[in-house]
Amino acid sequence: MTINRRTLLTGAAVAPALSALPVGRARAQGTTIKIGVLNDQSGLYRDLSGPSSAGAVRQALEDFGVAGKGFNVEVLSADHQNKPDVGATIARQWIDRDGVDVIVDVPTSSVALAVNEIVREKNKVHINSTAATADLSGKSCTPNTVHWTYDTWMLANSTGGAMVKAGGDSWFFITADYAFGHALERDTAEFVKKAGGQVLGQVRTPFPGTTDFSSFLVQAQASRAKVIGLANAGGDTINSIKQAAEFGITRRGVKLAGLLVFLTDVHALGLQTAQGLVLTETFYWDLNDQTRAWTQKVRPKLDRGLYPAMSHAGCYAGVLHYLKAAADMGVDKAKASGADAVARMKAMPTDDPCFGKGEIRADGRKIHPAYLFEVKKPEESKGPFDYYKLLGTTPIGEAFRPVAEGGCPLVRT
Amino acid sequence: MDEIFGIPAPLLFGQLLLGLINGAFYALLSLGLAVIFGMLNVINFAHGAQFMMGAFAAWMLLEWGGIGYWPALILAPLIVGAIGVVLEKAFISRLYKVDHLYGLLLTFGLALTIEGLFRNQFGSSGMPYRIPEALQGSTDLGFMFLPNYRGWVVIASLAVCIATWLVIEKTRLGSYLRAATENAPLVQAFGINVPRMLTLTYGAGVALAAFAGVLAAPIYSVNPNMGANFIITVFAVVVIGGMGSIMGSVLTGFGLGIVEGLTKVFYPEASATVIFVIMIVVLLTRPAGLFGRA
Repeated sequence: MTINRRTLLTGAAVAPALSALPVGRARAQGTTIKIGVLNDQSGLYRDLSGPSSAGAVRQALEDFGVAGKGFNVEVLSADHQNKPDVGATIARQWIDRDGVDVIVDVPTSSVALAVNEIVREKNKVHINSTAATADLSGKSCTPNTVHWTYDTWMLANSTGGAMVKAGGDSWFFITADYAFGHALERDTAEFVKKAGGQVLGQVRTPFPGTTDFSSFLVQAQASRAKVIGLANAGGDTINSIKQAAEFGITRRGVKLAGLLVFLTDVHALGLQTAQGLVLTETFYWDLNDQTRAWTQKVRPKLDRGLYPAMSHAGCYAGVLHYLKAAADMGVDKAKASGADAVARMKAMPTDDPCFGKGEIRADGRKIHPAYLFEVKKPEESKGPFDYYKLLGTTPIGEAFRPVAEGGCPLVRT
Repeated sequence: MDEIFGIPAPLLFGQLLLGLINGAFYALLSLGLAVIFGMLNVINFAHGAQFMMGAFAAWMLLEWGGIGYWPALILAPLIVGAIGVVLEKAFISRLYKVDHLYGLLLTFGLALTIEGLFRNQFGSSGMPYRIPEALQGSTDLGFMFLPNYRGWVVIASLAVCIATWLVIEKTRLGSYLRAATENAPLVQAFGINVPRMLTLTYGAGVALAAFAGVLAAPIYSVNPNMGANFIITVFAVVVIGGMGSIMGSVLTGFGLGIVEGLTKVFYPEASATVIFVIMIVVLLTRPAGLFGRA
């Protein structure tokens, strides 16, 4: 563990975080549904979750049209600082003291797994958009959780599969040393081996708090692997890619596989550095007319007017679907039992402008197509955030791990 | 291939060199801290934020003013140093007579405020900043490819560290400073404006942090948290070296960079912790630090 100033202040910081700010409220008579957006608002995952996720949730309230439906919706938000203990404390207090019904977003797999247990114990709803570990719909699945946007299996299948097909048959992993990195490395290594490739080694980097990846990159290069798999995210990925470019690793023919890269990361890197990078997202603002229209609508609600990443789209779509289900079954019933609300969400097909038509499986996995993108060269980009070109699409039925292989206790008969 | 402790020798040399480069940042940052603590008796917790401001100043100069890396290397420290002077005048100068703890709390609060403001304005994932044209590319050292820019970082920071040490130890200005630390009223009685000297010292310490920030901008992502990631480690470096010891902090900075680099090969999971383990051992055996005077 790295000690940073946030660690020192954890005690002090939890207190204000708990008196969470109501960031949006739709007023009407009757019962109130409380939605808590729990994510990183100050660290390396802030831009891919952070205040923008709360903005996306507000957009969902607006599009659902809470006014006139006979109930209120209140949105809270708090900073879990990527620490499981802080996240768990906030989740408990939100549910016990503030009467929160739904916890949304929750990036950082270690925090998500902690919150997952609490939500199940209290029978509330956990709509996870931004944690990656596929265990949320695998061995750690619960009747109270929906895992919306992406997971490590899907990323490994799409990005990892594409890299192996393109001839990258020997890998070295640079892995963030916590639940997420381990899961992403595990799932990708499995694909590589299944396709006849081999894993030559891996290095586990302390999380959070690693800024210099050059040492790990040099180790990766020394392994003579054709592909360096970056099993990390956010600021870690940005630093890895930036330093790989600096050390000329890609110029010497080694390929970088950014196993989890968001639009916001590419924005931070700049096209000059990020060009040619292959990555997978399940949402891109410039996919079709629907996504473009939604993006223009939601942008004013996002942090600094940035364009939304798939994580933000997942918060929007997840909350929208929950509200539909709650209205359908009756708000009081939805509040009374989180498991019932999630069961209703699973029973109803999903449809939203970000992910199109889809469904939530019995194991809590929301399924939709996955898109393989390549980052454009600077001269190919025609406007702000015009960063990706589409390389391929994994259809809805193949994008995510088959239900039977996840080991989710809910689907065993 | 020759091996040392089961690690191929070229890889080991490469890691030593990388550790040295990181050590250059530790040395520069802990140097600024040591100067400020040695002369002002203030534990400057805002140092990381000022390092970050240096990197952002370079980015802003480029983005908004079209001013490139080389002028920024001079301008950014001047700008951030000037902000430091204002901070010293407005806040820090009021705390010289009270316990260290107050200075620590004040600068800690300043750091949180500054970082919060930058985070609101620029988010957390950072801004792109390119390596200057002249230093792009890398040199084949036989055992590894060293990016030219990293070589420059070591040279630049060594030069600045030595220059700072010379100014403080060997010049008349430096002797005034050291005398003022020992006995301010007496030095003032000789007609030297001690408060102004302290203000400028703080400004210079802050400028050192900003200089390190500009050096770091092309390597690390320019983001509001970049200083927070460094500062605790740097404090450990200062404690190990001996609070206020200029040479101690420089040598310890480079030395611990190397130790950290080696840890990244032998047991990478511990690379973020190893410096603190050393700190504990040093505090237990030599409470004043390796180079400090008890």
